[in-house]
This record gives sequence, structure tokens and C-alpha cells, in this order.
Amino acid sequence: MGVRLILRESELTAVLSGEIDHHSAREIRGAIDEAAAKVKPKLLILDFSGVQFMDSSGVGLIMGRCKLMQLWNGRVKIANLQPKIEKIVNLAGLNQLCSIVKDVKINEANE
Amino acid sequence: MKPTNEMSVSFLSCSANESFGRAAVAAFAAQLDPTIDELSDIKTAVSEAVTNCIVHAYRDSIGVIYINCKLYDNGRIAIRIRDKGCGIEDIGQAMQPLFTTAGDERAGLGFAVMESFMDKLKVTSKVGHGTSVTMNKTIERRPMQKTN
Repeated sequence: MGVRLILRESELTAVLSGEIDHHSAREIRGAIDEAAAKVKPKLLILDFSGVQFMDSSGVGLIMGRCKLMQLWNGRVKIANLQPKIEKIVNLAGLNQLCSIVKDVKINEANE
Repeated sequence: MKPTNEMSVSFLSCSANESFGRAAVAAFAAQLDPTIDELSDIKTAVSEAVTNCIVHAYRDSIGVIYINCKLYDNGRIAIRIRDKGCGIEDIGQAMQPLFTTAGDERAGLGFAVMESFMDKLKVTSKVGHGTSVTMNKTIERRPMQKTN
């Protein structure tokens, strides 16, 4: 489990990896929220390309970040979901809350 | 029907054990030769049940989580996840999608995920005594690959 944060202009990207459950979500949440509260980005991109497993704790994590970003009218984009994770995201109806995009290349500059 | 194989495992309700619980069940279920998707469904459902034990049953305390798995001839796996925690007062309400008592960071989807990722779900609970969740899934038998 891990989270790598990349800030580019007013976009904050969180590159997530490993397994997201109730245990690992806490650390991911802490890292994202600390950075987001500091820079108040217009857009938060959650990149799931390296996530092998996610249960409903991951859904809660996404919902919580959407709520946080709304505080300053920011948006959340979730990118590069693997098919097995897409299933739980669809079940939760997260497309109502944020945009879901595929094949997004994450710019690694300015880390 | 008599099970053809059975395993039990118990562990403390530390959140670090969530990955252990689902991995143990997945390793046992692998005997049924499930697809990656079927195995992922089982892992997710087990993770939800174990997380419920940690977040709800044993909130603010540490208790023991008991998992029992049985395999049957027809490719069915029965998984029972049990705790001796606080119990659920209103199971119907707890099972409603988006209902949660655990605050903003919980989606309230645990039971909804178990229900939709497994074939059958049964929940019994007694306030002050604990909760038992039994889930069943039948793994489709795929024709044997010919190795010429």
C-alpha cells in the first residue's frame, strides 16, 4: 500500500498502489488531506492503476475526498480503475459524485 | 451435504489483520479453481465482513474474529465469519445500502457488497453476544483444459 502525491499547477494527483481496505485507507486519507488542505487544488485526481484490491473502505475514501474538495469548489476525478475494482465503484454509484476516466497518463514531473 | 474440506482460523480484531483474513480464505478457496474475478469477489466480501467485526462489533476494543470455511462437491464454498462483539440491534436497517453508524469515512455498503458479490448471505445477531455472517458462493466448474 502506498500513496505518491504529485502537484502540478492547481491539480493534485494521488497515485495509489497496493490494497485499499479500512486499515490502509487511514494512511492514504491522511496524506491526501494534508496536501489538499494546504494547496486547495481545483482538481484532485486519484490514480488507481496500481491498486490490486479495494473494498468499500475505498468507496468511503473516495466519497470523503469528494466532500473535502467541495469545501473550496474543487472536483475529484478517479482514473485508471482495474475491472475488478470497477465493479465496486459501479455498485456504489460513484459516477454520480465524481468523474471516472480511463487511460490517463500521469505526468510525473514536479513531484 | 457433507463438506469435502474445511478450515477454521481465528485472529484478533486489529485492522492490520484485514488483509490476512481475506488472503487466508482466498488461499483455501483456490482449491475450487475459481477465476480471478470470482476470487476477487470472495476476497472483497470477506474483507467487508471482517471490517464490520473490527469497526462495529469490537469498536474501541479488541476481540477475536472466527472464520470457518467449508468446501462442497458441487463447487460451493460456505464462509462463516463470527464475532463475540456488541451485536446488531436492527439487522434490516444495518443491511440497507448507505446506512452506517461509523461516520463520514464509511460508505455504508458492507452488506450490500457481500450480498451482490456472493450468491447467498445470512446474518444472525444477538445484542451483547455477537454476530454471525454466513456467505455462500458456487464456483462454476469449467471444462478441463486439454494438454496435448
